[in-house]
Amino acid sequence: MKHIKTISTACLKDSAAHGGCGECQTSCQSACKTSCTVGNQKCEK
Amino acid sequence: MVHAFLLHGTAMLLDVYSGAVHVVDQMVVDIVQLFEQCTKQEILSQLQEKYTSDALEEGYEEVAILKQQGLLFAQDSYEAIATQFDQPTVVKALCLHIAHDCNLRCKYCFAETGSFHGSRSMMQLDVGKAAIDFVIEKSGNRKNIEIDFFGGEPLMNFEVVKQIVHYAKQQGEQAGKHFRFTITTNGMLLNADNSAFINEHMVNVVLSLDGDKQVNDAMRPRIDGSGTYDRIVPMFRQLAKERAHQGYFVRGTFTSQNLEFAKDVLHLADLGFEQISVEPVVAPDDKHYALKEAHLPILFLEYEKLAQAFVERSQAGQGFHFFHFALDLSGGPCAQKRLKGCGSGYEYLAVTPEGDLYPCHQFVGNTQLKMGDVFEKTIDASISKSFRERNVYTQTTCKDCWAKFYCSGGCPANAHQLNGDMDKPYEVGCALMKKRIECALWIKAMLG
Repeated sequence: MKHIKTISTACLKDSAAHGGCGECQTSCQSACKTSCTVGNQKCEK
Repeated sequence: MVHAFLLHGTAMLLDVYSGAVHVVDQMVVDIVQLFEQCTKQEILSQLQEKYTSDALEEGYEEVAILKQQGLLFAQDSYEAIATQFDQPTVVKALCLHIAHDCNLRCKYCFAETGSFHGSRSMMQLDVGKAAIDFVIEKSGNRKNIEIDFFGGEPLMNFEVVKQIVHYAKQQGEQAGKHFRFTITTNGMLLNADNSAFINEHMVNVVLSLDGDKQVNDAMRPRIDGSGTYDRIVPMFRQLAKERAHQGYFVRGTFTSQNLEFAKDVLHLADLGFEQISVEPVVAPDDKHYALKEAHLPILFLEYEKLAQAFVERSQAGQGFHFFHFALDLSGGPCAQKRLKGCGSGYEYLAVTPEGDLYPCHQFVGNTQLKMGDVFEKTIDASISKSFRERNVYTQTTCKDCWAKFYCSGGCPANAHQLNGDMDKPYEVGCALMKKRIECALWIKAMLG
């Protein structure tokens, strides 16, 4: 494409199909303790 | 829903419901903004004075292809997932308030310099053991369990920390649970012995330091008013070195007293720290250090400056990790996690030195939200339910926000503290969160 460069595809939709195991780290335990920052958490799978 | 933004001259699109991210030219931004409301001919006609017809045809076709591929204008299909409660509620993380006391008098402390609106006290080992027994029992089939040692200052009661770690490992082995320990410390009591224990047993350490000596010491004094920077920086550097710069964060807070916080983040990087998190203070407007709406323009510029410096240092081989710029676009959290956020009040609970349970560390002391205690192994079902049912679709301001899958509706404690309502997010926090996400996406575009 000449006008659009895709740097990330449909990861959110894909994750909904396979997610929800709940083994991931609680977001507030990581570094913040004063904000809810989820987008930078890692998936355990 | 498509969010378009421009940062340092780069136009970008985030397709909210697919998670796709695109770098585009301005013409595509203009086409996308008309795409859902207008026909192709109307779009070409409206934009013909800005762009050539050949370019418009190309741009329109590229947008149409991405829509067909589900990478633009994807439909919202998550609300049903957000309201699924077919899995049993399990507790998988505890914040143990090891010490309701502190050896510092930080001016912005949400915990009333350690007392959490009560008396100063230390957790005894029997409470810690009961908390471990409680979480093993309540964690169901969940294998990974997190324990954060928090305060006040947890190193003021470190012998109990050590004994709880040993007890949890022993009990966890028998119960088939994997405990992960973290600790948050101001560093004043760090020494070779407790650093060695921390580095051996804690998967993550949060080291509190706000920036350069002047900034840090102004907000983080000792009880006698003297500064802390000179004492803690050598200890933090040694600890980080001994754990090979893995599994820690130097964690600072910026306030209205140091709005130009980018220099403080870079100062921490210049000290050699590779894992850095510096966050905005959360405080009501009547505090002299509070961040207010009027501060947002300068704070936005600071995040942009920081993002630029982050990219330049990465490209020069001198990169560092900044917590709020670390988005994992391909392997990050699943949609289920993003819909519901931190899990406070049902997956994640705080335990006071006396063994009382609260929805999270920031609610401790709010006796209306006391949920039970670790000895009786009770959890207030109605409080738990109110937190569990909370998601990005139950909060009206979040439902239509492009950033909802990155902040998950924000911190309920912040919303409760600033707006008196867990479902009414703290606006200044939202604005800063959105700016950080844009910066993080731009960094992805720059660094690949």
